[in-house]
Amino acid sequence: MPRPLLLSLSLLLATMLLSLAIGSVFIPPAELLKILRGAGEETFAIIVWNIRLPRTVLIALAGAALGGSGAAYQGLFRNPLADPFLIGVASGAGLGAVIAMSIRWPYSFWGLMAIPLAAFLAALLTVFLVYQLARVGRIVPTTNLILAGVAFSSFATSLTSFLMIRSTDEVRRALGWLLGGISLAGWEAVLSLIPYLVIGFGGLLLSGHALNLMQFGDDQAQQMGLNVGRARAVILAASSLTTAAAVAFAGIIGFIGLVVPHIVRMWFGADYRRVIPLSILGGASALLISDVIARVVIAPQEIPVGIVTALAGAPFFLWVLRRAKNQGYW
Amino acid sequence: MLKIENLSVDYGSRRVLHDVTLSVQSGEILALIGPNGAGKSTLIRAASGVIPFSGQVRTNGDTFHALTPIQRARYIAVVPQAISLPPAFTVWETVLMGRTPHLGFLGQTSRADETLAWNALERVHADELAERRVGELSGGERQRVLLARALCQSTPILLLDEPTAHLDLQYQMSLLELTRKLVREDDLAVLIALHDLNLAARFAQRIALMVDGRIRSVGAPRTVLTPELITESYGWPVDVMEHPLAHFPLVLPR
Repeated sequence: MPRPLLLSLSLLLATMLLSLAIGSVFIPPAELLKILRGAGEETFAIIVWNIRLPRTVLIALAGAALGGSGAAYQGLFRNPLADPFLIGVASGAGLGAVIAMSIRWPYSFWGLMAIPLAAFLAALLTVFLVYQLARVGRIVPTTNLILAGVAFSSFATSLTSFLMIRSTDEVRRALGWLLGGISLAGWEAVLSLIPYLVIGFGGLLLSGHALNLMQFGDDQAQQMGLNVGRARAVILAASSLTTAAAVAFAGIIGFIGLVVPHIVRMWFGADYRRVIPLSILGGASALLISDVIARVVIAPQEIPVGIVTALAGAPFFLWVLRRAKNQGYW
Repeated sequence: MLKIENLSVDYGSRRVLHDVTLSVQSGEILALIGPNGAGKSTLIRAASGVIPFSGQVRTNGDTFHALTPIQRARYIAVVPQAISLPPAFTVWETVLMGRTPHLGFLGQTSRADETLAWNALERVHADELAERRVGELSGGERQRVLLARALCQSTPILLLDEPTAHLDLQYQMSLLELTRKLVREDDLAVLIALHDLNLAARFAQRIALMVDGRIRSVGAPRTVLTPELITESYGWPVDVMEHPLAHFPLVLPR
C-alpha cells in the first residue's frame, strides 16, 4: 500500500479509537478492544455500541464528506478558498434540510432520507447561483467567489432562522444541529447517510484525473481530450451530494473542507487522484479530533463541533494561505 | 494533414472569423500572422474544438465535428501560451497528462505511456526538469514542457498559439529550431501563430496573413511579406529586404 494512504488510514483508526474511548465516561483502550470483539463489561458495551460507535461513524462520514467535497470544489473552481462552507453551499444545503425538517413526514425513516435529498437540491442550486454571481466571463476570481458565497450564505442562514422560529417545537433541535451538534446520531442516521455517500464518494474518486486536467483551464483540458462539460457536471453533482449529506446529518461545519485538502496538497503533492482519497480520509480524522475536543473542553457539557473547527480552522487557514502563496502551490 | 474549410466563428451577433480556408500538409510549418485581434487565437481555438464554429475542420477524411473531445485530441495537440499554468504539478505529471486521449477516464498510465512521456521530455531537452514544480520554471522552460506535453499526445497535427511570446531571443530561437526538427522527424502538420514576422519568414514554409478575421493572403514567405501587404495590414510603413546571409525576407518597420 502506498505510504500516504497507510498513514491516513492509521490516523483514521487512531482517531476513531480515541473518539470511542473519550466522553462522559472514559473507557480504557483494553476494555474497548474487548467490547469491539463482543465481550467486555455490559454498561460500557451499551455505551459503545448504541451511542459512541454510531456517533463516531457518523462524524467520520461527515468529515470525510467535507474533506472530499472541499478538495473537489477547490479543483473545480481552481480556487484555493473554495470550501463548502465559504462558498455558501453548506448554508444552502442547511436551508434545504430545514425546509425538509419542517415538513411532517408520515414515517420517520422517509423523513430521514428526504432531508439529505432536499439539502442536495438546495446545494446544487446554491453552487449554480454563486458560480453565476461570481463569474467574470470564463474565470471565477477568488474574491468574487467568496463574496458571492458569503452573501448567499447570510441570505440562506436568515431564511433558515426564520423557518426555525416559525416551527417552534423544532427550534432547539435544529439550532443545535445547525451549529454542528450531532443530534441525530444513531444507526438509523448512519444508514440513511450511506447511499448518498456511496454515490458521492464514487463520483469524486473517479474524477481525480479530470480534476487534474481542469487545473489547466477549460480550453487546455478539452484540447487534451476531456469532455469538460460532462466532467464538471459529474464533479459538481458528486461534491454537492456529499456536502448535502454531511450537512443534513452533522450541521454546518466549516473549514474541514478547506484545511484538510491544503495539508494533503502540501504533504503529498497536487495530483487529485491522490488529493481526493487522502482528503476524504483526512477529513474524517480531522472532524473526529474536533469532536473529541468539543466533548472534553467543558465536560460534561458538549459544545457544537462547528465551533471547534472554526476556532482551529480559521487561523490555521490564514497560515496555510500565506505559506501556500509564498511557495507557489497555487 | 489539416484542412480548414470555410470556417466561421460568431461571438454573439458579431462575426469574428469569416470563411477561413487553409490547409497544412504533413511535414509543413504554416505560420499564421496578423495584427492583434485579427483572429489568430480564435482560429486555433476553433480548429481544436473548444469554441463552436460553422464550416469544416478535417484530416484525411475525418471531420472533427463528428468527433468527441477525446477522439479529436488524438488528431490535434495544442501548445498554448505558457502564461498561467497550474504551478503545483511537477513537470513529469504535466507531460504525462498529454497521454489523456489514449487513457481511460481514470487516467491510469502504463509503462508504455511513461516511456513516451520520457522520450518527449528528452526531445525538448527538459528531462532534467522532470521532478521540478511547474511554478518554479522560467518562461522558456515552461514552453518546452508544454511542447513535450503536446508531443506526448502523439498527434499528426500540432497547433501552437504564439509560443514565443514573452520569451527571450535564445528561447525563441531554440523553441522554433526544436519545433522545426520535430516536424521533420515526425512528419507533423504544424500551424503556428506568430507575432514576429521575421521568425515566421525564417521558420515557416508558408505564411497565412490574417486581417480582421479573414485570410488576406497565403503563400511562401516572399509572396506574403511584401511591403504593400504588410504596410496595409499592420497600419505602419515597412520595408522588406533580403536577409544578408540566409535566403529569407526581412521585414523592417520604417
